[in-house]
Amino acid sequence: MKHSVLHTALAAIAIFGAGNMSASAAWEPVRPVEFIVPAGTGGGADQMARTIQGIVTKHSLMKQPMVVINKSGGAGGEGFLDVKGSGNNPHKIIITLSNLFTTPLATGIPFNWKDMTPVAMLALDEFVLWVNAEKPYTTVKDYVAAVKQAPAGGMKMGGTGSKQEDQIITVALEKAIGTKFTYIPYKGGGEVAVQLVGNHVDSTVNNPIEAVAQWRGGKLRPLCVFDGKQMTYDEVVADGKGWKDIPTCKSQGLDIEYLMLRGIFMSPKATKDQVEYYVELFKKVRATPEWQDFMKSGAFNTTFLTGAEYAKWVETEEKRHEALMKEAGFLAAP
Amino acid sequence: MEELVNLFHGFAVALQPFNIMVMILGIVLGVIIGVLPGLGGANGVAILLPLTFSMPPTSAIIMLSCIYWGALFGGAITSILFNIPGEPWSVATTFDGYPMAQKGKAGEALTAAFTSSFVGALFAVVMITLVAPLVASFALRFGPAEKFAVYFLAFCSFVGLSKEPPFKTIAAMMIGFALAAVGLDSITGQLRLTFGSTELLNGFDFLIAVIGLFGIGEILLTMEEGLAFRGGKAKIDLRVVLQTWKEMPKYWVTSLRSCLIGCWMGVTPAGATPASFMSYGIAKRVSKNGKNFGKGEIEGVVAPETAAHAAGTAALLPMLSLGVPGSPTAAVLLGGLLIWGLQPGPMLFVEQKEFVWGLIASMYLGNLVGLIVVLTCVPIFAAILRVPFSIIAPLILVLCAIGAYSVHSSTFDVVLMLVFGVVGYLLKKCNYPLAPLVLAIVLGDKAEEAFRQSLLGSQGSLGVFFSNSLVGTIMVLGLIALFWSAIQEGYSRLRPHSVA
Repeated sequence: MKHSVLHTALAAIAIFGAGNMSASAAWEPVRPVEFIVPAGTGGGADQMARTIQGIVTKHSLMKQPMVVINKSGGAGGEGFLDVKGSGNNPHKIIITLSNLFTTPLATGIPFNWKDMTPVAMLALDEFVLWVNAEKPYTTVKDYVAAVKQAPAGGMKMGGTGSKQEDQIITVALEKAIGTKFTYIPYKGGGEVAVQLVGNHVDSTVNNPIEAVAQWRGGKLRPLCVFDGKQMTYDEVVADGKGWKDIPTCKSQGLDIEYLMLRGIFMSPKATKDQVEYYVELFKKVRATPEWQDFMKSGAFNTTFLTGAEYAKWVETEEKRHEALMKEAGFLAAP
Repeated sequence: MEELVNLFHGFAVALQPFNIMVMILGIVLGVIIGVLPGLGGANGVAILLPLTFSMPPTSAIIMLSCIYWGALFGGAITSILFNIPGEPWSVATTFDGYPMAQKGKAGEALTAAFTSSFVGALFAVVMITLVAPLVASFALRFGPAEKFAVYFLAFCSFVGLSKEPPFKTIAAMMIGFALAAVGLDSITGQLRLTFGSTELLNGFDFLIAVIGLFGIGEILLTMEEGLAFRGGKAKIDLRVVLQTWKEMPKYWVTSLRSCLIGCWMGVTPAGATPASFMSYGIAKRVSKNGKNFGKGEIEGVVAPETAAHAAGTAALLPMLSLGVPGSPTAAVLLGGLLIWGLQPGPMLFVEQKEFVWGLIASMYLGNLVGLIVVLTCVPIFAAILRVPFSIIAPLILVLCAIGAYSVHSSTFDVVLMLVFGVVGYLLKKCNYPLAPLVLAIVLGDKAEEAFRQSLLGSQGSLGVFFSNSLVGTIMVLGLIALFWSAIQEGYSRLRPHSVA
């Protein structure tokens, strides 16, 4: 008797719920949305996530609150595994950086980007080759000559993390120049830039936002950008030069291109409606003046991709990272 | 001179009614955040950061930095009352603060802690006002080798402090190092000692260990002793503040030394936690009352609190002038600056004068407001100790559990906290000192990282730690601190001979 009552009640709820779903055209969050950052507080991904949270709050783009949570353990593995294990929970999204590929490859944790649902690529982060402004070399040519002259390992390259994007670019540089650097990993990009200002390392491949303040202060000098084409921001930053005046590394004889994904993924079993909701949300975020200011301050590449195009881009990048890391000997022992 | 003019402009900005309002709001929120163990200044500021997005940048940074001051003040409260450090930098405050509370002198301990915090912060702000550019260039000289030397000094100034046999100290410290090694090895990018468990990816968070070892361990001990809470006699009277103030000028030497240690640690940037440990350690060595440290000596509260607050304040300087945060909270504030469209770095002081000096003026005012707020609450805090233990213990337990959970929003951490509680109880029963263990968990991985970065840079040569006058001096100071008791003993053995 008790059981049948329960069953009837459940059935009623189910019918009511289903009716409700078909009545409303699109899906919307009904609980606060967790926005996972697979990195520590204060880093590039964290800044972007918190900017988005601020924009969403200020312009009331969501009825439910958005909560940023840092899960940085194991080079971000903690955050990725959390989303992987979240089943069909549509109230969990994650912002990624290159550790989407590098962390599972280098540490062997059981995770692949296909364990999540791609939502959208928000932007791509550029990488620039920086040296201390006191150093005599002003062009890539001078720099390469100086590197070649130094004994193997005599030049120190500072970067964020180990076996991640900065070290991958360093290995690519070694191959292009035909020498060896001593790579020194630090915890955060801002720290790396300051170590370069203090002459504790000889060069870095910082993202623009990490080093721009030191460039404006006349302490650092950009040599080239690791992108296929020059950046488009023409505002003057320092010495009458702006981001658009930095040549591509390719044009200077270093055939290396590397951009870092700043994209959004969500739970593995998310439905089309749910993905669509977040795509629309991020389109609205991108339209705000705050977002455009943020893109400008960090000289981001503002490519926006969704759906199959985005998935394809990620797949190509994954193969590339696997090849790059295999060559560098960075893959985890099986 | 120009600095002073700027500063007065800054005061004009900070004294606008809206800014005073956000200042008080920030302090109160900060004290609450500081009292809740585990929540922490960094998390608190991060959570509230988006709320300030629609404020003018100057008001926003005033509010967030006041939360930071509030948290620095608040961290001391639970350390003294319940032996549970609300913040990492208040661990050293428990060493003498809690024994004082047990003797019924909680009011004195709280007053001393708050006042020293204020003195430390004031010293650091004056330094920021007068010599900011000079200090910034000093910070630039700190590479990995210099950083390791600083950590080395922090460890050395702490070895041999305990009354327990040195082997027990070393054993406790080694357990700490082992725990600090769990998680991702940041130099090679490999996972260490996680045994395939995803919960251990993050390593052992220091806060969870501390909440368990100190908070839960203490509750277990008190239960064993028959639920008697010994703070019952605490005076609840505002006069206690004045009496303590009369006593405090005696410790001006300790105070000044702690200010200097704190500023140095904040700028370099090593942070408030090593500053408080180092300051406590050195005070114990040098002070006349050194042998009474750990039994409830007011000087043992003054030293760590002054240094922690000086360091916490000074940590904002490298953030503003170099874009390098000197503490986790400063890291979050740095993110805030970027969101408000301000680029920290050498140009900030030139291009955003109103913002920078408004912030500096708010440091003066915020700390003053904070001091008044917390001091007037001293009797209320002390009165908490009059509540029977059987009522307060479950509350503390819940508070600890919430704190442990909020560090990473993970229930595994709550279990871990309980395990640490039992471990803490056992260690105390066997007379193993907990402080070296905690110190090693906090600084172990940072020291290791700096050590390995230095050796990478020097291609394996240990000479790098003596390669310039700065790093060499710090290392020698560390070695002196390490062998201090041996040196003292040797000296006292020699002396009879020389007299005779």
